[in-house]
Amino acid sequence: MLSLAVTSIIGTIVPQNGNPAAYKQQYGEVFYNLFNRLGIFDMYHCWWFQVMLIMLTLNITVCSIQRLSKTWKIIFPTQLSFNRSRFQKRANREEFQNQGALEQLRKEYESFLNQQIGHSIVERTKKGFCVFAEKMRWTRLGVYFVHLSVILLLLGGLIGSLFGFNGSVNIAEGEAADAIWVRNSHEKRQLPFTIRCDDFDVSFYDTGAPREFRSTLTLLENGEPVLTENIIVNDPLRYKGINMFQASYGQLPPEAPKIDPDMEVSLNLLSRESGMQYQRKTKIGQVVELPEGKGKFVIKEFQPSLEFGNMKLGETFIGLLTPSQGEETKVILPVKYARFDTMRKGAIVISITNDAEDFHAGHDHTVRYYTGLQVNSDPGVWVVYAGFLIMIIGCYITFFMSHQQVCIEVIKSGKNNRVFISGITNKNKLSMQNKIKKLAQSLKHVSKQEEL
Amino acid sequence: MNSSLLLSIVTFVYCLAAFLYIAAWVFKKKELAVAATWVTIAALIGNVAGMGMRWHESYQIGDGSYGHAPLSNLYESLVFFAATIALIYLVVEYRYKNRTLGAFVMPIAFLCMAYASFGTMNKIQPLIPALKSNWLIAHVITCFFGYAAFAISFGVSLIFLFKDRFQDKNKDTGRSFLPSVALLEELTHQMVTFGFLFLTIGIITGAVWANSAWGSYWTWDPKETWSLITWFVYASLLHARFARGWGGQRIAYLSIIGFMAVLFTYFGVNYLPGLHSYGSV
Repeated sequence: MLSLAVTSIIGTIVPQNGNPAAYKQQYGEVFYNLFNRLGIFDMYHCWWFQVMLIMLTLNITVCSIQRLSKTWKIIFPTQLSFNRSRFQKRANREEFQNQGALEQLRKEYESFLNQQIGHSIVERTKKGFCVFAEKMRWTRLGVYFVHLSVILLLLGGLIGSLFGFNGSVNIAEGEAADAIWVRNSHEKRQLPFTIRCDDFDVSFYDTGAPREFRSTLTLLENGEPVLTENIIVNDPLRYKGINMFQASYGQLPPEAPKIDPDMEVSLNLLSRESGMQYQRKTKIGQVVELPEGKGKFVIKEFQPSLEFGNMKLGETFIGLLTPSQGEETKVILPVKYARFDTMRKGAIVISITNDAEDFHAGHDHTVRYYTGLQVNSDPGVWVVYAGFLIMIIGCYITFFMSHQQVCIEVIKSGKNNRVFISGITNKNKLSMQNKIKKLAQSLKHVSKQEEL
Repeated sequence: MNSSLLLSIVTFVYCLAAFLYIAAWVFKKKELAVAATWVTIAALIGNVAGMGMRWHESYQIGDGSYGHAPLSNLYESLVFFAATIALIYLVVEYRYKNRTLGAFVMPIAFLCMAYASFGTMNKIQPLIPALKSNWLIAHVITCFFGYAAFAISFGVSLIFLFKDRFQDKNKDTGRSFLPSVALLEELTHQMVTFGFLFLTIGIITGAVWANSAWGSYWTWDPKETWSLITWFVYASLLHARFARGWGGQRIAYLSIIGFMAVLFTYFGVNYLPGLHSYGSV
């Protein structure tokens, strides 16, 4: 008993050790917000926190082993025995009287307890006998299951942080990536395969909130596609121990349309002096001699959507006019507004005679998305899951199952037999009390049947 | 008749139940307590029916695209919380044959419903992609069974402290109508163990879900951290009781501290940034 008490005190070191961890986290919360703004996300991985976790693990391990080694013999004795006097002191002891031969009763009660509780043993006393039975002795181990599970969780976390990785990558539709950015660092990590995003779709509710986003991913190994699958949030793709999660998405900035630099641009040149119109064909960068000796003109660049003041000019060429006399002038030539250049009041009014559609080549009007993937690998996750399972089972055993021992004692007194029944349990005394009451009732019943 | 109206009515039914329980306790009238039990049963039925209606209604709007179990925002979770409290309370009342506890427990259910009805948005909103998972149901149900059990253990601990303080004086007042100290202790323990098991399962289902949705089972999100703190508080309580043999007042105080942690996990965390922010008002 003394050793049990001592080990119990050692056992209480566990919660004492658990609490500082909890409180540190509590104080940590405030800092966490602060650190969050400062961009420090890693406080739960900093050294003192890790040390505390290791301390907790060591504590649970040491206390459990110490306690277990001392109580193991109590939990699993080599020979089943019981102490009659312990049962005689129980508050839940019920008593009734009956008649009958002791030997007969012994057989009945023995089989009764065998049926109701478990294997029973009999002890003969001076004035009668005792029948003892017990069940679920092993449930005393429940708490060790829970402690084991905590260790498994921490171990799994350790395995994950040592051998796993976690990162993210954004892939535009139609493009591929074979490396990811490791979380909270600026490192890139190579993947053993290439992820190609074939397609990305996002749908919205009528409130405007996103309803679903879906990426179609193809995995390529050595350039060969091996797998194509759709992933949505909550439904990741797993391949070779690496998981790909739909995490976010975004729109790509509208792409500058690629127009062919060799594309022919048709110019109309109107001379104010003569009223003559001249047609010329040119390319970007190619110098055009203006008619009537008015100088030179060259198209410098193309703008897919130029804004001029408040006006949206759309596809526009920008050129440079070098007159025979005077200064160089910038010339703006919107494809859609042929008369735009008249405002310049120059000697030659330049306009573009191509259709605006001619310059749409390569200009994709549909919005392009990129998909944000979270990519990780965690070899420790199965250890953690095993921990989860054991924890639930362990908690259930610890809280709701108990080691139950029941003893029936019969003492011959005169003509009658005094029958006592009482039970010991390590938990839930109230339900044991009810159980003893019920057992006593059915015991009376057993005896009465015999009398009839 | 829609779910919001029904649930508003249920709020007042809970109020009536709480009132009857308190009246029965103060005036020591058994008939009032029996009536309170029936009112609670009616409120619970209305509560569950309201949730069912809301579930059905969610399929009627947005071409059915909104359809989801009513467990996705603060309003819905409060309504469910009240239902779990009432359900567990009725089971406890039946098993322990004591109707006084209701005076301390039903006000909590009433406050939940009142807060839900008057303090939160009760519009049915569509689910964001992250919440579209069957784990949602498992996670929320287990967590709230845990919370409800803790709420009842909190109520029982209050009675314990109340009784403990005034037991010797004035034996003739309503306090003698309260259950025995031994029963209160037993009940606190039963509720804490039950709640602890469900909180554990709730955290675990959340972790498994997070792993399937985001690829990590634990990210030190404020809600996760706070649920862990709550778990630590109750784990300490259990260790103190099992290993050190604590009982009575100290356990009652721990159970109250534990419930404060539950409340902060539930409400306070909404003011901190994190993945669970959809739980906010």
